[in-house]
Amino acid sequence: MSPTFQLDGEDIAFTPGQTIMQAAKAAGVYIPHLCWHPDFPAHGSCKLCTVKANGRFGSSCTMEAQAGMSVENRTAELDDKRRTLLQMFFVEGNHFCPSCEKSGNCTLQATAYELKMMSPHFDMFYPDRPVDASHPDVLLDFNRCIMCSLCVTASRDVDKKNVFAMGGRGILGRRIHINSESGRLADTNFALTDRAAHICPVGVILPKRKGFAVPIGERRYDKAPINEQVKEPLKETAP
Amino acid sequence: MNAPMTAAPVAAKKLKVATTSLAGCFGCHMSFLDIDERILKLLELVEFDRSPLTDIKHCGPCDLGLIEGGLCNAENVHVLREFRKNCKILVAVGACAINGGLPAQRNHLDLRDILEEVYQTEYLLGRAGIPNDPELPLPLNKVHPIHEVVKVDYFLPGCPPPADAFWKLLTDLLAGRTPTLGHGLLHYD
Repeated sequence: MSPTFQLDGEDIAFTPGQTIMQAAKAAGVYIPHLCWHPDFPAHGSCKLCTVKANGRFGSSCTMEAQAGMSVENRTAELDDKRRTLLQMFFVEGNHFCPSCEKSGNCTLQATAYELKMMSPHFDMFYPDRPVDASHPDVLLDFNRCIMCSLCVTASRDVDKKNVFAMGGRGILGRRIHINSESGRLADTNFALTDRAAHICPVGVILPKRKGFAVPIGERRYDKAPINEQVKEPLKETAP
Repeated sequence: MNAPMTAAPVAAKKLKVATTSLAGCFGCHMSFLDIDERILKLLELVEFDRSPLTDIKHCGPCDLGLIEGGLCNAENVHVLREFRKNCKILVAVGACAINGGLPAQRNHLDLRDILEEVYQTEYLLGRAGIPNDPELPLPLNKVHPIHEVVKVDYFLPGCPPPADAFWKLLTDLLAGRTPTLGHGLLHYD
């Protein structure tokens, strides 16, 4: 019989070596997260998945499950902190959902709904982040980047192309860069068939001419909240 | 003790509600009106003070103020402060009031460049120069959401918020509950 730990009082079975996040997902229990993806090594940067394991804060995507461990997940204390993190994401970028093609399919937005984020709370930064529309098939809108680095990992490890990189410093300077002499996506060998073209949890990497094929109101998180879609495989935008 | 018990129960005093659209498109007000015949039920419980629905120009003391739109000029700030001063509860309604929305997409551009582009460079706009009639409120350098200027009590997101979200907010407040929006009523688009 596999060992178990307690997640909000519920027994969760795990195989040794699994993280708390992996075991919870396998059991269909939602732990809020943005930068974690089941197909890739944990990055541990967004901190949305912070839980309290045996009384200590830790990222559930990097912390290995231990038999008998007692983990708090959806407590008011943790969800309050998560909401604050989300509000910081929302003021650091330009997240104008009404004009975003990803609205309704966006993990950031769906997570904010789940955590009942009613306002950005903080003062807005409104950073200047020009878009890159140079590629014939893909638009890059950096205004919405949350620095999860999933595109960096997918392009490097799956596509073997290394198109994306994290760079720059400071709240407004740090962003995803394109590895080409010109800095433009058109001058790379990036293709719509790349894994990295469909990994973005927000509205940065967008296939052109597909934006509103599915109307607003009929999209993934319009139909059901994110916490009810834990076991389904992540549906990435079809090429 | 012996007084006759004939007096009819006093009808509950109607709550006063004021609404306005600052740097908005009135789309939130249109969505509010989509509560359809429920507005008759609402009018049994509330009375509108300053609002585009009444055309009253300034608001007196109110129980509830609904603010659509963000702040793009000096007049918006004056109106917002008038509402905050007079309303016990102030609600930011819609994307523009909450994060600046569409008007805030000018924020990464220089204001003078925008005005020159529109009024001096653009073909067919008369090239008459940037309007500076003293009647015109001065534009702010950047568009701001209203919570950056006054305390906001509740937020009703959406572009626009659905009529049912307005109804939920109003019925919750009238019943003395903290307003909550569930899945389907809370959305940002």
